[in-house]
Amino acid sequence: MTTDTVSRSSAADQNAETIVRYTLGERVNHWIGALSYTYLLVTGLAFWSPYLYWLAAVVGGGPTARFWHPWFGLIFTASLFWTFKEWHVDMKIDDADRAWAKAMPDYIKNEDEKLPPVGRFNFGQKLFFWGIFFGVFLLLLSGVVLWYTETLAWSLRFVRYAAVLVHASVALITIGLFLIHVYMSAILEEGSFGSMIHGYVTRAWAWTFHRTWYYEVTGKPRPRPSLSKP
Amino acid sequence: MSQAATELIRISGHAGVVPGAGLNREFQVCKLVDTTTCIGCKACEVACLEWNGYTFTETTFDNTYQTMPETAWNYWNLIKFNEHERADGTMMLLMRKDQCMHCADPGCLAACPADGAIVQYANGIVDFQEANCIGCGYCMTGCPFNIPKFDPPSRKVFKCTLCNDRVSVGLEPACIKACPTGCLHFGTKSEMKELAETRAAQLREVSGFADAGVYDPPGVGGTHVIYVLHDAKNPELYGGLPKDPQIPWSVRLWKGPLKWLGNAAMVGGIVGMALHYMRFGPKKEEPIPPDALPQPDAVPKDDRHDDGRRL
Repeated sequence: MTTDTVSRSSAADQNAETIVRYTLGERVNHWIGALSYTYLLVTGLAFWSPYLYWLAAVVGGGPTARFWHPWFGLIFTASLFWTFKEWHVDMKIDDADRAWAKAMPDYIKNEDEKLPPVGRFNFGQKLFFWGIFFGVFLLLLSGVVLWYTETLAWSLRFVRYAAVLVHASVALITIGLFLIHVYMSAILEEGSFGSMIHGYVTRAWAWTFHRTWYYEVTGKPRPRPSLSKP
Repeated sequence: MSQAATELIRISGHAGVVPGAGLNREFQVCKLVDTTTCIGCKACEVACLEWNGYTFTETTFDNTYQTMPETAWNYWNLIKFNEHERADGTMMLLMRKDQCMHCADPGCLAACPADGAIVQYANGIVDFQEANCIGCGYCMTGCPFNIPKFDPPSRKVFKCTLCNDRVSVGLEPACIKACPTGCLHFGTKSEMKELAETRAAQLREVSGFADAGVYDPPGVGGTHVIYVLHDAKNPELYGGLPKDPQIPWSVRLWKGPLKWLGNAAMVGGIVGMALHYMRFGPKKEEPIPPDALPQPDAVPKDDRHDDGRRL
């Protein structure tokens, strides 16, 4: 009897026990990126549609928005490059991801128990990361052209024509990724949003959503969970 | 509209015609530049600077009569010179007054994102309202004539106003007033078109310029600055006047289909996610089955993974 009670309570405790999912550096960087992207989104949408031009007024008016938009773009780029440096190993797409991708409909239907186990990040998160990563390259290249349009010779005007189209198209793709990211992490998956604030998830959360990673970290407890540094 | 309230069409007990009946006022203005009678004196450039309050800009020397390569934010009117060698070996000095063309379908206006930074008046004048300009430079991308120019210190874009401030009070543009040869004309669009066609016909029939014609490009809906050219088949000879100017297709795509596709995708995505949440609800963590739990009492802390991996 006594042992039974003890083991039950210890199981509940263990489910609630926390694991470090994001280090302080990762969290701070995430929010630098998130806030700069939000600024870029608000000002970018103001330039995108006359019906959203009022958004520019919210952040100080059209000329101010036009002045700061490229600088915030540089901040976002820097944040993303740091993320790449820290996460590119974890973001590698492997066979487990391919298996998971096939079971994506189950994930969409919230039948997570049917999914093959995944590591620190699942295939969707990896797609999001690489989408934003390559997107930012194109946004940066086209953005520099739009930033200094006046310095471009008239004979190179085709570069301007390409830049307006690339910048808008890629921005739309990143907006799609951003919306899904915000929905999944802040609304859909309970426990995700908090982990990007305080850095912790429960063992049960890790077991449910990132089982391979759960075994990795509970197997070898480390302060920086899966950043395998030699 | 206000005109309709004062214009009479019928008068009771009135003998004869109604005074002013059938009067048709044309609002569309037009500047005609006859390149065949331009002597390149640059009086129009000076008049433009004087009227608009800019000082003369230092010139550059490139072994031709060209004083600077293109118009500038504070230099809206520039004669483009071209020493053109004709097929028979004779030389022609082609001179064209370059300035905003005041397109009926202005690419600058189509590309501009700032509310009220570019306006088009009923008389055809396309005018920049610098107070509303945000300095993004999209107008420079939309314009097929390389006209809007950016001023870095003020972060605003400027161009020829067709002397809107003069035209609106019944005066002709400053450049027209200064022209000593009469190669510049100003009037209604139909009058100028007629005058231009008459001159082009004269050039073809009398002066031996078989290809003389009028430049009023339909690709931008026609312009409110039109040219008479000796060789209308090769407008590029006249300081790079585009043969068939159009608003760039990428700008049209960006401001047209891409905008609606993007807006539909954004709204659709948000609605889709809301429906997804209502249908499938939140993802919640599941309790770990006991055999997948590390055994804290049985094993030292650092070796827990052995138990965990048994699953």
